Amino acid sequence: MAKTIRIGSGAAWWGDRVEPAILNAERGDLDYLCFETMAEATISAAQVRARRDPSFPGYDTYLDARISGVLPGCLRRGTKIITNQGWINPDAAAERIVHWLRENGAKGVKVASVNGALITDRVLELTTTILENGKPTASLEPDLVSAEVYLGAEPIVEALKAGAQIVVTGRVADPSLFLAPMMYEFGWDPLDHLHLGAGNGIGHLMECGAQVTGGYFSDPGFKDVPEPWNLAFPIAEVSPDGSCVLSKVAGTGGAINLMTVKEQCLYEVHDPANYITPDVVVDFTTIRLEQVGPDRVRVSGISGKPRTPTLKVSLGCTEGYIGEDMFFYAGPGALRRAQLAKKILEERFKIVKLQAEDLRIDFLGVNAIHGEMSPTGGPEPYEVAVRVAARTKTKEEAIKIGREVDGMAVSGVGHTGKRVPHQDRFREIIGVWSSLVARDKVHPSINYFVS
Amino acid sequence: MRVKLQHVAHTRSGDKGNTSNIMVIAYEPEFYPLLKAQLTAEKFKAFYSGTVKGEVLRYEVDALGALNFVAHGALGGGVSRSLCLDNYGKALSAAVLGFEIEVPEALQGKLRGT
Repeated sequence: MAKTIRIGSGAAWWGDRVEPAILNAERGDLDYLCFETMAEATISAAQVRARRDPSFPGYDTYLDARISGVLPGCLRRGTKIITNQGWINPDAAAERIVHWLRENGAKGVKVASVNGALITDRVLELTTTILENGKPTASLEPDLVSAEVYLGAEPIVEALKAGAQIVVTGRVADPSLFLAPMMYEFGWDPLDHLHLGAGNGIGHLMECGAQVTGGYFSDPGFKDVPEPWNLAFPIAEVSPDGSCVLSKVAGTGGAINLMTVKEQCLYEVHDPANYITPDVVVDFTTIRLEQVGPDRVRVSGISGKPRTPTLKVSLGCTEGYIGEDMFFYAGPGALRRAQLAKKILEERFKIVKLQAEDLRIDFLGVNAIHGEMSPTGGPEPYEVAVRVAARTKTKEEAIKIGREVDGMAVSGVGHTGKRVPHQDRFREIIGVWSSLVARDKVHPSINYFVS
Repeated sequence: MRVKLQHVAHTRSGDKGNTSNIMVIAYEPEFYPLLKAQLTAEKFKAFYSGTVKGEVLRYEVDALGALNFVAHGALGGGVSRSLCLDNYGKALSAAVLGFEIEVPEALQGKLRGT
């Protein structure tokens, strides 16, 4: 059994920076480098794009940059890679990774693709109820784009046991990407909920990358970190007992301290004693944190409870459109002109019979972010943007938002600042709903490719 | 003395569906009981009135000196349906930094920031 293993983060989301991943590959002395590249709607958005664009291969659009960037360092060190960049086509992603292996002169490297998360064609048989509103999942049928199960760590462990050096998956629960190498290296049983709880908790701290190393954190004068333009992605030095030390490559900016770790510990968590994942129910309430050196925090005591008999399913549905646009006021009286502009738009939307399920006309600089709770009667803002957004059933209705904002250019209020449209001002909505599926109805499968 | 929460605690928000969780973490162990006593789920919901549409649950995590508020109906129907510019609610956790909290004079020296 390994003594400790070093697991590094390579991405926290699709749009994340690539250079900290390369830094971790080059200087992190890693046993594993793990990439998390999906958000809730990623799979459904990829399905819609694949329908319309036959050239879209169905995997992470930054796969080339990420994989070609980290491979030299990973091959030199023998670092294994675990990544969910496969999106809706893990096999194609694996083939593309093999291409980059060959480019790097690496022969005989085994790449595994994990399939089986997509259950679009079976989801209405396997599920009953939408968790968010209690309605039957069958009610989603007309608009269903995609349904995927959140798989756990087990298929990744199986691929590692079969000798894979790189494992690329579709939908897998984010922390499971990090838990899998711990289960494999330390021989943890899939039903050993105490170790899996600890390991999954570490995965949770790691999966948002820089959010534990000083990203999404700085607040000048209250919470400052050095060189916030030069953040690293985290490294977990994990022990066989399920404790770890969080660290990062020396010489980088940001910070790992009790505050950054505490903030990330509860990120996207509801009940801290019962964080449900495919592998285990994590209990964070027993966590112990200790600063053991500069940018080094020891994490121990995270516990777990037996996994649930079900897995979560995401159902992505087309749900209409959002139309949106903005225009601007500045100088003395900016707000009063914005208020008249709002009144004009409200009347215009009646004249053009806008059919909207929801409409917002906000003043950016006053109330556009925090909405109704924003304080009133404060000092007059020097600049205001009027931001208009509507949710509609049809594209034709959504387009009316941009068209009516166009009218504000020459038919609006004095001193209106207005962009010439340079992009679409409507977009399709892919709404995401959740349900549960019995664990034994889901059958992951693994394919292997060799460079 | 009454001070803004930003001198006593730091916060972060996360999203899941139409629910935002906003954690409030004491800067000092002495501040945690003040948060527990004064920042109740009811007070939190009233503070976010109009913006958080649904139920607010509060979880206490003594091991972290932190309160986790789970605010339902906070994200305009969910990230992809929301008409809010900040559709993930990433800035939602900043609002509560303005919540006013009563702090004993003896702890004045421990307040964060200026």
